[in-house]
Amino acid sequence: MITRRDFLAALGGGIVVIMVADDSDAQEAGGGARRGMNEPMPQQVSAWLHIGEDGVVTAYTGKVEVGQNARTSLTQAVSEELRVPVPSVQMVMGDTARTPFDMGTFGSNTTPQMWPQIRKAAASAREMLIDLAAQKWSVERSSIRIADGKLTSGTHAAAFGELTQGAELAKTISAASLTPAVEWKVAGTSVAKVNARAIVTGAHKYAFDYKRPGMLYGKVLYPPSFDAKLTSLDSSAAESMSGVKVVRDGDFVGVTAPDPATADKALAALKAEWNAVATEVSSRDMFAWFKKTSEDGDASKPEFTTYTVAYIAHVPLEPRAAVAEWQGGKLTVWTGTQRPFGVRSELATSFKISEQDVHVLMPDTGSGYGGKHTGEAAYEAARLAKVAGKPVKRNWTREEEMTWAYFRPGGVIDLGARVGAEGVIAEWEAHNYNSGPSGLRSPYGVGSRKEKYHASKSPLRPGSYRGLAATANHFARECYMDELAHAAKLDPLEFRLRNAKNDQRLTNVIVAVADKFGWKTRKKTEGRGFGIAAGFEKGGYVATCAEVSITNGVVKVVRVVEAFECGAVVNPDHLRHQVEGAVAMGLGGALFEQIDFANNTVTNARLSRYRVPRFGDMPVIESVLLDRKDLPSAGAGETPIVGVAPAIGNAIFDATGQRLRSLPLVPKGLAKAPAVSAPAL
Amino acid sequence: MARITELDVNGSRERIDADSDRTLLSVLRDDLDLTGTKYGCGEGQCAACTVLIDGVATRACLTKVGTVSGKRIVTIEGLEHDGHLHPVQEAFLNAGAMQCGWCTPGMIMGAVSLLARNTNPTNAEIVTGMNGHICRCGTYPQVIAAIRAASGKGGRA
Repeated sequence: MITRRDFLAALGGGIVVIMVADDSDAQEAGGGARRGMNEPMPQQVSAWLHIGEDGVVTAYTGKVEVGQNARTSLTQAVSEELRVPVPSVQMVMGDTARTPFDMGTFGSNTTPQMWPQIRKAAASAREMLIDLAAQKWSVERSSIRIADGKLTSGTHAAAFGELTQGAELAKTISAASLTPAVEWKVAGTSVAKVNARAIVTGAHKYAFDYKRPGMLYGKVLYPPSFDAKLTSLDSSAAESMSGVKVVRDGDFVGVTAPDPATADKALAALKAEWNAVATEVSSRDMFAWFKKTSEDGDASKPEFTTYTVAYIAHVPLEPRAAVAEWQGGKLTVWTGTQRPFGVRSELATSFKISEQDVHVLMPDTGSGYGGKHTGEAAYEAARLAKVAGKPVKRNWTREEEMTWAYFRPGGVIDLGARVGAEGVIAEWEAHNYNSGPSGLRSPYGVGSRKEKYHASKSPLRPGSYRGLAATANHFARECYMDELAHAAKLDPLEFRLRNAKNDQRLTNVIVAVADKFGWKTRKKTEGRGFGIAAGFEKGGYVATCAEVSITNGVVKVVRVVEAFECGAVVNPDHLRHQVEGAVAMGLGGALFEQIDFANNTVTNARLSRYRVPRFGDMPVIESVLLDRKDLPSAGAGETPIVGVAPAIGNAIFDATGQRLRSLPLVPKGLAKAPAVSAPAL
Repeated sequence: MARITELDVNGSRERIDADSDRTLLSVLRDDLDLTGTKYGCGEGQCAACTVLIDGVATRACLTKVGTVSGKRIVTIEGLEHDGHLHPVQEAFLNAGAMQCGWCTPGMIMGAVSLLARNTNPTNAEIVTGMNGHICRCGTYPQVIAAIRAASGKGGRA
């Protein structure tokens, strides 16, 4: 257990503010640096911040950077509260030996949870600096101005480092008063990505790029189908290759080699036989399977309307990657993951060693979208490195990433409702099978509601995906809202506004998107259609309008307008990029992305067979950001994706009269189908 | 197996010792540690591995190193000169045309090649010229803005 003294010594003196999430652990120790120095570090620490004797400001957080620009927003938090220029702030992230424990970077939690924590630490450090200056100069605190990394009072002036000279001050806090959003000077502005230069020059080392001296390259033998058992292995040809080592432990078989080409050849030279496991479900018949295998039965009723969604893949452009190195029973791993502390636990458990002996480092990573919660590559690299006695790199191929990672689960959503005389929903019922409970609760003020998630037996490994099941549940609900609006002979916008009366923030985004899109003045022409959708998830309110054009069955989304409100805006440009990026990504799942599988095998696990959105698929994308400086900031990485599919589905209905109830909507273009196409069940 | 012992990369002659049928991508990344050139799919579908061969954007994952011996190879690491970024790199910075950044070096190389052929492309020409590049984060609008901003600035690699 590390003591406060050890901790401070490791940082090298200066000022440390330790931020605890739980009040019970906090002590307002004031400048009382000596108090409790031999006590262990408190539990529940969420972040700490250090101002060195050289004046360098460093904040430490277990959160990670995967392209959502958390590194930049957290830097802004420090810069804002400490009144120090952005380039003077270093941010250490996702390093299990140097940063406080963190559950992981998911659930759009960095902005609502970590961002205020880091701000409090910085605000507290600022007050400590003012105390030091007041003492040193014998002036009133109120006479001291702090700006641009300097303190001044009358003729006195000092940089942060000058004040901390010789000082060794630690303070543990759980609260601090923060600069109100209306007074922000750095927060709330479009600070550029702080490490962008290293990206455009190719200098940034991702886990996939990372190397260690004497490193070997590892490959792992996977079965030809899920759950197949290895029955025989002839590894003699591989073992005869120069520098190649074959590792076999039960069904785990891998090779290491001095270079990647030899590793590939050695893997190909393994002669393995497998016993395949039979399966009765494929991507063609999985929807009936979800109901059949529901843990609490099938709640179907004849009056329900059924929607479905396919399994899809995250396709992070950097596949899973890791370098592992053992030294004297201790393991160090560099890997791209949204949960470095979770991966540390996985590794400690797998190798039966203490978590203290596992060090996971997370270089800023080539995206995740919820798809990198786990440590498969880290585990494989560590297992191979242990046998090889040298560091091992294990980079996954695209096919491995699209087969052996996990998927956004497919599912079935059944909906039923009764609409009252005023166009207000009197009764509402929703059942989600297999895809998940997120976003299942309707944000509209329905009279009575029954909303239930039914866990089923997933034929593929399911996992998190940007927005979780909120995408599936919003698709179904917002398309069904459109059906109800048409049945009630109400404009889809008007119908939503009538039912959103209970929620001003929801109403605000709906009104904002309709205004920007020009919903009320839209002009129907042949082959054109307009759709609207709205929703709420993870503290963010979203409304989306889409315009489609359909020529010879080819659906082209020509324009998407999205309004988003997530409290006080932290960084307008980066928020806009999250919103517009989510629209771009959401187009894929809406229109054409789906994982095909049969006989326990994914049959389209490569980009030549799995279509993702490209430049040519992009509509004109416009975003409306509602900045609520009176509200706490919420996350924005996920919720902007949820309205895309239903807005497009509703636009296709508007254009053609065809109600498509399955995602993806048009994987093979729009068939000249009956007016209503029911999903195959 | 024929061996390749020298490559012209970023203006210098690099000594290597590689089978001629290895991919240029692997030789750049694994032998020369030029890891700015990225792997994304291994089948020419994503263009994260784009480099310039005699000025033309080329997928390094589909290029055998034996076919580029003696040709002028430029990677993302070769665009910066004397501390000055290439105008296309500057434009990507100014437009904030990246999120995770994995596709960015390939995008920039593709854009440099596009602008060498067409100094002032229309939006439609940019879409056609860049359609082989995938950005999963969806920065396409910012990339188009960056390429437009770099148009006519005469950047060469």
